Amino acid sequence: MAAPAPAPAPLLRVVAECARSRARAGELRLPHGAVPCPVFMPVGTRGTAKGVTAAQLDALGCRICLGNTYHLGTRPGPELVQRAGGLHGFMDWPHNLLTDSGGFQMVSLVALSEVTEEGVRFRSPYGDEELLLSPEKSMEIQNALGADIVMQLDDVVSSTTTGPRVEEAMRRSVRWLDRCIAANRHPERQHLFAIIQGGLDPALRTKCLEEMTRRDVPGFAIGGLSGGEEKAQFWRMVKLSTERLPRDKPRYLMGVGYATDLVVCVALGCDMFDCVFPTRTARFGSALVPWGSLQLKNKQFAKDFRPIDEDCGCPTCQGYSRAYLHALLRSDTAALHHLTVHNIAYQLQLMRSVRESILAQRFPQFVRDFMRTMYGSRDKYPAWAVEALASVRIPLD
Amino acid sequence: MRLELRGAGGGRLGALAGLGPGGGAALALPGCLLYTRTGSAPHLTRDTLRAVRGVPAVAQLTLPALAELHEVLEEYKEGAAKFIGMPDTVLYCSLQDPVAPCPSGYNTNKTVSLWGNSGRMEMTPSKFMDIQRAIKPDWFQCISDGDTVSGEVSRKRAKKSVDRSLSFLDVCLQLLEKSPELQGSVMIGAIEGGDILEERLRSARETAKRPVGGFLLDGFQGRAIAKETKLKLIASVTAELPEDKPRIIHGIGKPDEVLECIERGVDIFESFFPFQVTERGCALSFSYDYHPNPEAAVLKQNGVQDPEKNNAEKDQDGISRADPEITPFEIFLKDKRYQDDFGPLLEGCTCYCCQRHTRAYVHHLLVTNELLAGVLLMMHNFQHYFSFFSAIRDALRHNKLDQLKKLIFTQALQGPTNAKPGQKSQWHGSPHHATP
Repeated sequence: MAAPAPAPAPLLRVVAECARSRARAGELRLPHGAVPCPVFMPVGTRGTAKGVTAAQLDALGCRICLGNTYHLGTRPGPELVQRAGGLHGFMDWPHNLLTDSGGFQMVSLVALSEVTEEGVRFRSPYGDEELLLSPEKSMEIQNALGADIVMQLDDVVSSTTTGPRVEEAMRRSVRWLDRCIAANRHPERQHLFAIIQGGLDPALRTKCLEEMTRRDVPGFAIGGLSGGEEKAQFWRMVKLSTERLPRDKPRYLMGVGYATDLVVCVALGCDMFDCVFPTRTARFGSALVPWGSLQLKNKQFAKDFRPIDEDCGCPTCQGYSRAYLHALLRSDTAALHHLTVHNIAYQLQLMRSVRESILAQRFPQFVRDFMRTMYGSRDKYPAWAVEALASVRIPLD
Repeated sequence: MRLELRGAGGGRLGALAGLGPGGGAALALPGCLLYTRTGSAPHLTRDTLRAVRGVPAVAQLTLPALAELHEVLEEYKEGAAKFIGMPDTVLYCSLQDPVAPCPSGYNTNKTVSLWGNSGRMEMTPSKFMDIQRAIKPDWFQCISDGDTVSGEVSRKRAKKSVDRSLSFLDVCLQLLEKSPELQGSVMIGAIEGGDILEERLRSARETAKRPVGGFLLDGFQGRAIAKETKLKLIASVTAELPEDKPRIIHGIGKPDEVLECIERGVDIFESFFPFQVTERGCALSFSYDYHPNPEAAVLKQNGVQDPEKNNAEKDQDGISRADPEITPFEIFLKDKRYQDDFGPLLEGCTCYCCQRHTRAYVHHLLVTNELLAGVLLMMHNFQHYFSFFSAIRDALRHNKLDQLKKLIFTQALQGPTNAKPGQKSQWHGSPHHATP
């Protein structure tokens, strides 16, 4: 291994902080351009954001999206992507990319995998060959893919797992972080994020935070959450993490994408989010709106000639009615693309509004307005969100 | 709508001018229509369609999809163009969907059957006109009995198709006069008659006597009629039609067949062909650049210089996933050989896909069943097809149709370059269920 490269310039520039909550607005200074944050990152698992072209994603204002190491490492394979000029070249995306480590598939494809200290052994669902995903292998693939932000391989256990396995996974994730730091061949242009583990156990998470924040990594992700645990536990783990993470480094909350979760977790101090939900739900005919969602396949929309959201400026809402989308959902995939475009636009616009309110020092008011629009009346507010917001001095009335 | 012909040899070069809401739109002839599904270019949104060059001014709506929206459109009141989000597009409404052939044996003297997502719909002329009043198309095909395309059709059945269609036409023309909503709409009369010449001639002559705005040559879809017979019938029919009205044909889309029909006086085609090419995971790759030496151009265009080499690669692949319908005008991008091919779909193509992406990327999207594959292929295939029509007009203008024809026919004879006949496509990348 070569000697460690000199530490690159800090990734995050904090521009404004909320005077009450832990919310902050900033800018991620990445190799493919600055990214305003808090930011939602659409997921393009296999080098494509689900039917939306790179030009469309660009036009929506997206400046960073995700690719999945496990999927791309299996098909078409890192060697081919590298020959195509990295993932940027392969999918012709001029802005930033983040790749995960492949470790999450330990949870989602657990029947196919086995974890040892060496790494994770997968059986490829596309053939008989076995793939050992070690921290070194994950970095090698991610280096070949060439994303601007890369993730350490972590030992992921389901957030509902309890017992000694959680501690083992946390400690192994710390060891694997060191191996990933050592293996990253492009630290100057591929920023490696650590992933905080420790399940739902405050002591374990605190221990993990202590260990990992001692390492000089450009950013931190909060992992192992958003996997079916109680929301009351979820937000406490997020808050515990953000309180112990350094102020000057980005905090990425993995797998979170529901609007309420985004707003609450920004208040708790998170900067980056990703989730397949907005694009996946679009493919089931669901359009996101400030008051929830519209199931456009439902008959009630057959003669509803309004756009999805009168106040939305996205190409779908500018050109098509609910009634037309309802009809088109029965016949052509273009309907799914219309909804995907709208849902990505919704997520990005939500984060822009959040950011503007932080800059203007009116974030608490934004949160109150958001909750009222989303839930109508106070008695419908989810208790966990009320508690979480109260814990960062944003009372809802 | 006015037809302007420039009298070039070998085809009817010209334009249909004065179209659309302001009368400012024109359709260059010979030309094609933009194929749509429920009023949407397949796979495409407004933005992705806008990135396609040369999109025709006239879009084809298919009645089965629109008829299911009859009540909705009636309540909407403002017509289909605005409803589908294409307020400035000229709309032609055809009776059937060219990629969804309907079962035979359901037409009667009083009704014609359409097949939509929710099954069979029986259309009487008056029901049909009710729906057209809600659609408010610029042009529409009159209801007709075109059930002569599957297998053996007797002389008696052919005669019946003509009689019924003429009777439907008379009823609909009367209803049209009484429909203030349709005063801006032009009715296209369908010429039927199966493969019986005298019935075809009778249908053409009788339809031409009536106040229709143009003619549809119907019943030439599919392979039931031998090609030579088909071409003879088309030539005989167009000879009976007045020069000053456009002639549309349904179900003809392959480049060589398009040229043969243009030579026989057909003006307007559909564009379901590039859609079908897209659905089987293929990219149009034929050359229409007739300027250089045709042989060399063919070799250059799709990189299939050495047929033997192609075969060798195919055998290595083991399992072939090619659709037997693949024509020599396209390449099957799901084929393993494109896995690490970093060239564009087609060298020199200016479409969005070829400018930004590689065959390897589209191959990857196809094997992983990603929806973007359909989007990118549709953009490429539409633009290539629309450009082909532009090349046809260019060739007519310069009296070079023979050269273009030679180029196209040389390619047609190459045989499918990477299909293995007799094996089914395994690609089901999108939820289309139109092609049975």
